[in-house]
Amino acid sequence: MRVVLAEDLFLLRDGLVRMLEAYDFEIAAAVESGPELTRALAELAPDVAVVDVRLPPSHTDEGLQCALQARRERPGLPVLVLSQHVEQLYARELLADGTGGVGYLLKDRVFDAEQFIDAVRRVAAGGTAMDPQVIQQLLARRSHTAQPLGRLTPRELEVLELMAQGRSNAAIAAQLVVTERAIAKHTSNIFTKLGLEVSDDDNRRVLAVLAYLDHGSH
Amino acid sequence: MEMWSGRGIRTRGPEVLVAGGRGLVLAVGGFTGAVVLFVLSVVSILLVPAGVGIVTTPWVLTGVRAFADRRRIIAAEWCGIRIPSTYRSLPADTTPWTRCFRMLGDPATWRDLGWLVVDMTAGFVTALLPAALLFYPLEGFALAAGLWRVFTDGTHVGWWYGFVPVSGQGSALLAGALGAALLVASYVLSPALLRVHFLLTRSVLASGDGELAERVRVLTESRRTAVDTSAAELRRIERDLHDGAQARLVAMGMDLGTVEVLIEKDPAKARQLLAQARRSSAEALTELRDLVRGIHPPVLAERGLGDAVRALVLRLPLVSEVDVDMDGRADAPVESAAYFAVSEVLTNAVKHSGAERLWVDLQHRDGMLRVTVTDDGEGGARVGAGSGLTGVERRLGTFDGVLAVSSPAGGPTMVTMEIPCALS
Repeated sequence: MRVVLAEDLFLLRDGLVRMLEAYDFEIAAAVESGPELTRALAELAPDVAVVDVRLPPSHTDEGLQCALQARRERPGLPVLVLSQHVEQLYARELLADGTGGVGYLLKDRVFDAEQFIDAVRRVAAGGTAMDPQVIQQLLARRSHTAQPLGRLTPRELEVLELMAQGRSNAAIAAQLVVTERAIAKHTSNIFTKLGLEVSDDDNRRVLAVLAYLDHGSH
Repeated sequence: MEMWSGRGIRTRGPEVLVAGGRGLVLAVGGFTGAVVLFVLSVVSILLVPAGVGIVTTPWVLTGVRAFADRRRIIAAEWCGIRIPSTYRSLPADTTPWTRCFRMLGDPATWRDLGWLVVDMTAGFVTALLPAALLFYPLEGFALAAGLWRVFTDGTHVGWWYGFVPVSGQGSALLAGALGAALLVASYVLSPALLRVHFLLTRSVLASGDGELAERVRVLTESRRTAVDTSAAELRRIERDLHDGAQARLVAMGMDLGTVEVLIEKDPAKARQLLAQARRSSAEALTELRDLVRGIHPPVLAERGLGDAVRALVLRLPLVSEVDVDMDGRADAPVESAAYFAVSEVLTNAVKHSGAERLWVDLQHRDGMLRVTVTDDGEGGARVGAGSGLTGVERRLGTFDGVLAVSSPAGGPTMVTMEIPCALS
């Protein structure tokens, strides 16, 4: 699997390259600025891009803007965005086109190589990987402003949180140490209680949940 | 010209009459007051060596100040001419001795006395002219209409009207014509003449650096606040780093050192310590992230004020709307001040108002950034009494910004902030 990596800090870039290579990814390019990233994404057509939000030369959200622009030109281009901080505002922009293949994680998540690599693979496959912090913020805000979430059992809330992060039923089952069938049952309960249409497609399911959490209140 | 058209005359006419009337009031009242106060002041000051003056001078000078202040108000009300009042403040309970010499040591006192002299001479004339130009023509008309017969039988010059010797009906008509000419002059000049009076007053009474002095005072104060605030911020950051991230890094280093020793002897224990070190590093990162957010929020750096406020509002447990109308970005310090001001106001609203909805409106127009935060809570928010809004007011003061709160009991609360700034 070919990866384009954009990160301006040498230590982090170097570490990420080594980690990705250790898990058999092929590094198509490891760049350190916005313009280089735009060029690499256009010319190298990678399977997935791992991008730092803040990049030179402007040191603003240049990485995010490049990624969004590339996805406008090539819808569904898998992009995993990394940042020192996560903002619902940015998550919303990444998810806005509703096509999936998007990830948005705190840089801290690279501490856990297994989980991080899992997220990269999920995004590359068209799935979603949202940082737990984003989901927690969404849930906190939602529970203040809407009723339906209050009808979920604590276990269902837990499942909803993991589902919104983009995990598959199998992964959720493994994390909560229950069977996949139990998770499937929780999932269908959640969808019924929230009034969402049940879908067998994992990616579509995640996007529906995220859209519900973000916009359902308005 | 506007003033000669029908509508012009309807508005100009009363204006001229008012100017004439005001001139008369000023001339009579001003002259009397100036003469009396000047004489009293001179006598009182001359009596200072005798001792009596020490007691009387403060009284008289206070009267002079009141008289001058009255004229300042009139100048602003009648002609829109602002004359700053720049007397040095006097301590409340002092001996007449101190009061007397404090007042005599104030340059504004001597400006006042100089002004009294000018006011009873040049000031009197400039005030009287609009009145004279309005009323003197009446005499000319009366002469032409037959009043001349009272002064002369038509054989000799019995009366002078201005420079016209009145000696019969013919010259009386000439006097009437001069009266008409004067009336026209009055129509054109009167309001301007009254203005001249106040400009003269200002040139004598204003120190020329009154506004500057006031500005210096305000700047000194806001600078002190800014320095105090930033020093307190630095102390807080130092403490947070010392007790937080720094301590965690020390713990991590210790854990890793122990791991080095244990890795062969007790691999299970070593693995446990490694996990603990990783947790510490994650916690240190979280603390640093929160700290950074408090120093300069990343979204503000990346996107500017509008999106930073949007991101901020998304963290609140309220339904909210943000409306941004800004073309460009303000300077970083202004942006930061505005952001933290909004943040504080929002925190206040969430904590105290019991609101369910929030509206934030940001717009930049005519060199002024205006932020309005409205909530549907129960109201009763006030500046002062240790409320967070006082801090906001001080923070904005550094940038000549102002804060206004409208929060009737029962709500809604609307907080408006304005900061003069340019966008780039």
